[in-house]
Amino acid sequence: MAALDEIADPEIPAVSIVELGMIGGIDVEADGLRVELLPTFVGCPALEVIREAVTDRLRAFGRPVEVQTSFATPWTSDRISPAGREKLRRSGFAPPAHIGSVRALPMLGEAPIRCPYCGSSRTSIENVFGPTQCRSILHCADCRQPFEAFKPV
Amino acid sequence: MTAMVTPAAAADALAPGVRTALAELLLTMADDEFVSGFTDSEWTGIAPLLEEDVAISSISQDELGHARALYQLLAEVLADGRDEDAIAYDREPDQYRHARLLDHPRGDWADTIARRVFYELADEARLASIGPGYRPLADLVEKLRREERYHRMHVLAWLDRLGNGGPEPRRRLESALLAHGLDAPTVFTPLDGEADLIEAGILTRSMAAAEAAWRADLTTVMVPLGLALPPSIERSPSGRRDHSDAFDWLWSEFTMVRRSEDGVTW
Repeated sequence: MAALDEIADPEIPAVSIVELGMIGGIDVEADGLRVELLPTFVGCPALEVIREAVTDRLRAFGRPVEVQTSFATPWTSDRISPAGREKLRRSGFAPPAHIGSVRALPMLGEAPIRCPYCGSSRTSIENVFGPTQCRSILHCADCRQPFEAFKPV
Repeated sequence: MTAMVTPAAAADALAPGVRTALAELLLTMADDEFVSGFTDSEWTGIAPLLEEDVAISSISQDELGHARALYQLLAEVLADGRDEDAIAYDREPDQYRHARLLDHPRGDWADTIARRVFYELADEARLASIGPGYRPLADLVEKLRREERYHRMHVLAWLDRLGNGGPEPRRRLESALLAHGLDAPTVFTPLDGEADLIEAGILTRSMAAAEAAWRADLTTVMVPLGLALPPSIERSPSGRRDHSDAFDWLWSEFTMVRRSEDGVTW
């Protein structure tokens, strides 16, 4: 797991795939290592890059490596660790609110998203959709800075 | 780590008739997402607003990703040596099974919103009809629904905006809803193996029952805006088989790279 924590997310390099909660589990078996990789978004184009990075890194242990993509444990933004959330905030991404198992829309009508730069709550969602599938675009009325937020799913 | 049942092993556990029916269901779901993703991606660069350009492009990317995941499951169920790319790109136009609702050129923005209102709510009614009978699909659907609710929010915001946006937007919206409403129920075209799928717990209800749920959802969003619901149509298998010239053009676009070189990948 420590080895995988070295692998940064290709689209948000400030956080690792472990901090994002993308590793469902690792089995160490007699015939090699098996990793369960949980895609953040179903169509995430970075997934193949991540899969190759995981395989390459774990090959260093000298055993065969198998990486299986799985939806059996659904990845949700609640899986992002506290350390991952802090790193997101420090790099200008508002971390996602916890959503639990709620089926309702997670971004609207809840506590305002705090600006990652000045901490203000006077922010507005400019676009739920952003430059990648997992990101939204917001604006802070206090420091007048546009910023991005990790989309809660 | 929990013991994972692979999609292939789960498919091997199904009775042959159920397996065939599951392949048909997966193909219709995947083709719907695939064709709708490609059609809507035609807005990239020319959407009415810059923010909308970002939004519709992101939604299209989601839909193509959903199609890919569904084609991957289909490849495991068919087990005929084709991978998801071969299924997506190496068919002739008449072998695609998307609903006629999605078989139209991009049109203007009102056409896109009308089509997407009908489709997004229909997709949700269909996803809500998937039971645990084929675990890999049930797991994927749980994940898809978390993403699709953003799509519904997006298109319903536009429905409201055009519906309350003054005479010209209203007129265009009404005319687009009327035109696409005729094809809207084709998403619920009956499947040959529907009874088998219900028996196996892969579907929890018939396409007719899903359509009834869809009409109830449409009523709650369209009636408050004073918009007319789509008419009922005779249920016929041709709803997923008769493709238009517009689809021939789209097909030639999305297969262009694949046809340019053998075995080229996404």
